[in-house]
Amino acid sequence: MPPMAAEGSPGGRRRPRLVSVPVDPDRVGSDVQGADAPGTGSPTTGPDAAQDSRGQGPAVIDCDRLSDVDEWGRSQHMRDILARLYDPIYERWFRVEWEGFDKIPREGGALMVANHAGAIPADAPSIMHGIERELGRPVYGLADQMFKKVPLVNLAWSRLGGVQAHPDNAYRLLREQQQLVMDFPEGSNGPGKTYGERYQLRRFGRGGFVQIAMRAGVPIVPLAIVGSEETMPILAKLPAVAKLLGLPYAPITANMALLGPLGALVSFPAKLRIRVLDPVQLDVLPDQPRYSRSRIMDTSEAIRHAIQHELYDMLRHRRSVWFG
Amino acid sequence: MGKRVLVTGLGTFWGGRVAQTLEQNPDVDVIIGLDTGEPTVALERTEYVRTDESYSILSRIVRATQVDTIIHTFLVVDSSQTSNRRMHETNVIGTMNLFAAASQPESKVCNVVVKSSTLVYGSTFADPVWFGEDSRRPAIPRHPVERSLLEVEGYVRDYAQDNPDVSVCLLRFSNVLGEDIVTPITRALQLPLVPSIFGFDPRVQFVHETDVIRAIMFVLEHDLDGTFNVAGDGLLPWSEVAALCHKRLAPLPPVGRGLAGAVLSRLGVDLPPELIDLLTYGRGVDNRRLTGAGFDYRYTSAGAVRAFAEGARLRSTFGDQRAYRYERDVEQFFRHSPAVVRDRP
Repeated sequence: MPPMAAEGSPGGRRRPRLVSVPVDPDRVGSDVQGADAPGTGSPTTGPDAAQDSRGQGPAVIDCDRLSDVDEWGRSQHMRDILARLYDPIYERWFRVEWEGFDKIPREGGALMVANHAGAIPADAPSIMHGIERELGRPVYGLADQMFKKVPLVNLAWSRLGGVQAHPDNAYRLLREQQQLVMDFPEGSNGPGKTYGERYQLRRFGRGGFVQIAMRAGVPIVPLAIVGSEETMPILAKLPAVAKLLGLPYAPITANMALLGPLGALVSFPAKLRIRVLDPVQLDVLPDQPRYSRSRIMDTSEAIRHAIQHELYDMLRHRRSVWFG
Repeated sequence: MGKRVLVTGLGTFWGGRVAQTLEQNPDVDVIIGLDTGEPTVALERTEYVRTDESYSILSRIVRATQVDTIIHTFLVVDSSQTSNRRMHETNVIGTMNLFAAASQPESKVCNVVVKSSTLVYGSTFADPVWFGEDSRRPAIPRHPVERSLLEVEGYVRDYAQDNPDVSVCLLRFSNVLGEDIVTPITRALQLPLVPSIFGFDPRVQFVHETDVIRAIMFVLEHDLDGTFNVAGDGLLPWSEVAALCHKRLAPLPPVGRGLAGAVLSRLGVDLPPELIDLLTYGRGVDNRRLTGAGFDYRYTSAGAVRAFAEGARLRSTFGDQRAYRYERDVEQFFRHSPAVVRDRP
């Protein structure tokens, strides 16, 4: 039985040693210097560390970064490289044309929502590239979490501005960082449509995008995009294969039928037209713990209707799939 | 009257550091350190008590010493160094006994600080980029160390609820780096090739060991109550962490990475499953609750990596010179012999 547990003398007898008292050099070593001049030179990790835990401490010790990968995984450098490669595709292959581009805010946060189509959707990269090129501000694209599971895909997607569609992520991007965020509320049900169902908008999830915009106090900018359905039309789906591979859908596309295996990656050169609708201001107080469910669903439905209506209008005026 | 502090896990890196720091504080009268093994750092006036891993003598100690503050650092967060059973004994049973002792009627405890880990959030593909203290983890815990820490936190919450007048502070520390601490991550970063998962380059966050001690002292000093993440500012890709340490990556296959980790562990490269998860999906925690309470971090995540890299370089030149051996008789002599003059001016 160790004696000191029972012996515990009543407090104050033993004077605790102050920092300024000379310390046996062989016992504490380098900590002594640190105690004399806290914060100068290389900080030691000794007991002096806790002396000034607030304010007036030395500067924060940082390190020059070797990459420009931000907290979301996006790298402007990678984005610039991609822009050089993608610009010819954007200009010559899809010949993207915008209407009402000025409605996209040049500063401040905004949540852009659009219809989503094509087995490998051409709309997301085109919208992101177009806005980044014209406005010079980053666009973060919210994507299904399944992207994060696939090796290399997750890496490419996140370096190029993709962020997992989690409410906390969206809130931080929109509210705290006032960024432009791109969302496809149909989720994977949009691109997973067969060609026969083209331009029929799917359910807009559970209206989560409206809730986020309400909490973040940012406008919603709806976009209607025509042409993406024809870039990679889905002829049939293989549910068994999808289940086996853990994918939301496993399509057989017209591109595959025409080009063979190459068709799995190459889109048809359909003309992409993007129309920006009037931004929707949600006049509710931001940062509320809850919002009226009916209000959320009504707004979500209204936005879905607006986009659907606009799609019909654009299709009515489209003379050719390839030339617009 | 000054504080009477009980530190669990005196022989661990954190317990030793915390006790050393407390010794500098004139407001602390008594420091009692518990551990299964001997102290690993030089201590001036801390009283060391050897105990078994589940602290069966704890209630006697709490009664006999009338401690008012408990700092619970004796939690295993590195699953590669202990068996699951031992980890359960230490973490869950140890914490249970600790709180049983602290909640007996004679107890004078009014301040409890528990050192947990951000491992409780896990690391999966469904995670948000930043976890807040109140974020729910999206996936059920898969690894024993995560489950055991969550159980510990359950006891902490129960105790805090049952004893509303005691300020209970739960600190969740991110991956710790620094000149001295050894963790699975520091071991991985000192291998000739740093393991990574092919096709993934997650962002990870670090906290410097100095900031860990400072955070513990800060919450003690300010009587903070509640749960706080402790992590440096910023996230870095794992590839960049390796590059800052001047190391190359050795990617493991993404399919069967758990198996690859298990095989490597057999071969002596410690890659516990929770580290494999971290190297696949990364983890970020929001540190603003603690900074909001007035705490200033000394190191960012990148700064902690740099400090670690510099420390590793120094060690590669000098070797580890900090070896310390506890001599029971000598320590007893200095603490209790009447021959020692203690009130030197």
